[in-house]
Amino acid sequence: MIAPATRELIVNGLWRQNPGLAQLLGLCPLLAISNSVVNSLSLGLATTLVMMVASASVAVVRNLIPHEIRIPTFVLIIAAAVTVVDLSMNAYVHPLYLVLGVFIPLITTNCIVLARVEAFASKRSTAASVLDAAMMGLGLTLVLVVLGAVREIFGKGTLFSGLDLALGPAARDWVVTVVPDYQGFLLAVLPPGAFLGLGLIIALKNWIEAIRQARRGTPAPVIQPAA
Amino acid sequence: MPTSPHIVLADNSVRAVMFKVLAALVPGVVVHAWMFGPAIWVSLLLTTLFCLVIEALVLAMRDLPLKPFLSDGSVLVTAWLLALSLPTLLPWWLYALGSLFAVLVAKHLYGGLGQNVFNPAMVGYAVLIVSFPAHMNLWPAPVGVAGHTPNLMEALDLVFAGQGAVSPDAYTAATPMDQLRAQVRTGLSAEAVAAASFGLHAKEALVLSYALGGLLLLAHRVITWHVPVAFLGALVATATLLHLIDPGRHADPLFHLLTGSTVLGAFFILTDPVSASTTPLGKLIYAGLAGVITVLIRSFGAYPDGVAFAVLLMNAAVPFIDAYTQPRVFGHSRGRRT
Repeated sequence: MIAPATRELIVNGLWRQNPGLAQLLGLCPLLAISNSVVNSLSLGLATTLVMMVASASVAVVRNLIPHEIRIPTFVLIIAAAVTVVDLSMNAYVHPLYLVLGVFIPLITTNCIVLARVEAFASKRSTAASVLDAAMMGLGLTLVLVVLGAVREIFGKGTLFSGLDLALGPAARDWVVTVVPDYQGFLLAVLPPGAFLGLGLIIALKNWIEAIRQARRGTPAPVIQPAA
Repeated sequence: MPTSPHIVLADNSVRAVMFKVLAALVPGVVVHAWMFGPAIWVSLLLTTLFCLVIEALVLAMRDLPLKPFLSDGSVLVTAWLLALSLPTLLPWWLYALGSLFAVLVAKHLYGGLGQNVFNPAMVGYAVLIVSFPAHMNLWPAPVGVAGHTPNLMEALDLVFAGQGAVSPDAYTAATPMDQLRAQVRTGLSAEAVAAASFGLHAKEALVLSYALGGLLLLAHRVITWHVPVAFLGALVATATLLHLIDPGRHADPLFHLLTGSTVLGAFFILTDPVSASTTPLGKLIYAGLAGVITVLIRSFGAYPDGVAFAVLLMNAAVPFIDAYTQPRVFGHSRGRRT
């Protein structure tokens, strides 16, 4: 049996307050790199890892950080975590590292990382902070993967191409050619496709919420993006 | 019986305005068919059909009445402008895709007629030029210039069955603008290219017929003078400036007026009552900047024509422009906007 507080954290991260669908934070990498499943999955997992390390570190020392300089301190901690992830990816998954390029160091500036540290980890216990960071990160990864899959299918007619970059040679045969002889639809691969795709996924979430609310007999709440 | 003499009873309904716009497009369509062969009828029919079907489906999904929205002519204007902006003899599914993005994404996802921020026909065009540059660069050459102009049956065959008996080399050619771009890159002077450009006479006739339609719209007060004057004026001024700075790299202003969709844009696309600016000063700023951007994209950008992108960019700026150009209401002070 999961405790209600834990359950709340999981539901918030994966669905209700999903960073990609409800908070609309961390959209820069979401839109820039999500043109295939492998890119989305690896950047999403890297971001999740950074969020967990950063949240854990901040939660441990949260009572030692002076309030006035907390933001620079948080950013330093996040940057340190990103450097670790950046160097590890360069060492262990080098081809993937070359593909993702500048977007790995840029995780430092991803506002979802700082937002969770500031809003959650600097006020709550270490265990809760790590769980929150993991769930928020996985929620973002989930959106990234769905968006990456949609853009890859429409843009190139394949699914899971290049997954061996992230998961090793065993995944080389996992490529699914959804539409054979596909001519390609560049718009889906280019940035406008990311905006359109994300907009449609957010609309889908709001629609599902509206249906669930209607079933319960209460009016659907208007979902506002976080300021 | 109206008792106030200063009230002019004009039929300003959406239906009346849209059918006037369609009527004003007729000369352009006829000249297009005369100069470039009958293929335009195929593309015009296809976009009209696709746009109407998609509109009907979306209206049904939104639980809106079909008849008033389908018969007000606004869908037809979108379809016709899309057909006139696209090359003829594309595969049929490109016309379907352009219509889908124009009607479903650009119009209905933003709330339907009257709510669309961006010009639907230009969104359809932009999606296709960004996604399928290879197809979109095959412009059928004018009659007499091309080795062979497909007749109606051959056009239908090309659109629905793809490359059949006629090879694209027989009926297409690089447009004057593409040719200029290629020649400037290899170092020839733009003047020589512009002088030697084939098929400009066909474009001249087409441009004149669009301008004639535009003047009809002006005479019927469907549009005001601000947008065409500001757009063409700014386009000519920018082109002249660039041409004076470096005649070897930049075409003269006449070339910019006659090629691409400059005149169609000035009278029919930029003047879209929904996505254009609504204040007099706002219209001048909106259309003037669109003219500047058009020349800049044509001269320095990677895409063949800049009108569509200039229109879309300025559409995005319209709410901002409108907010700062509200005319003074009679009796109110010239105070700062609050």
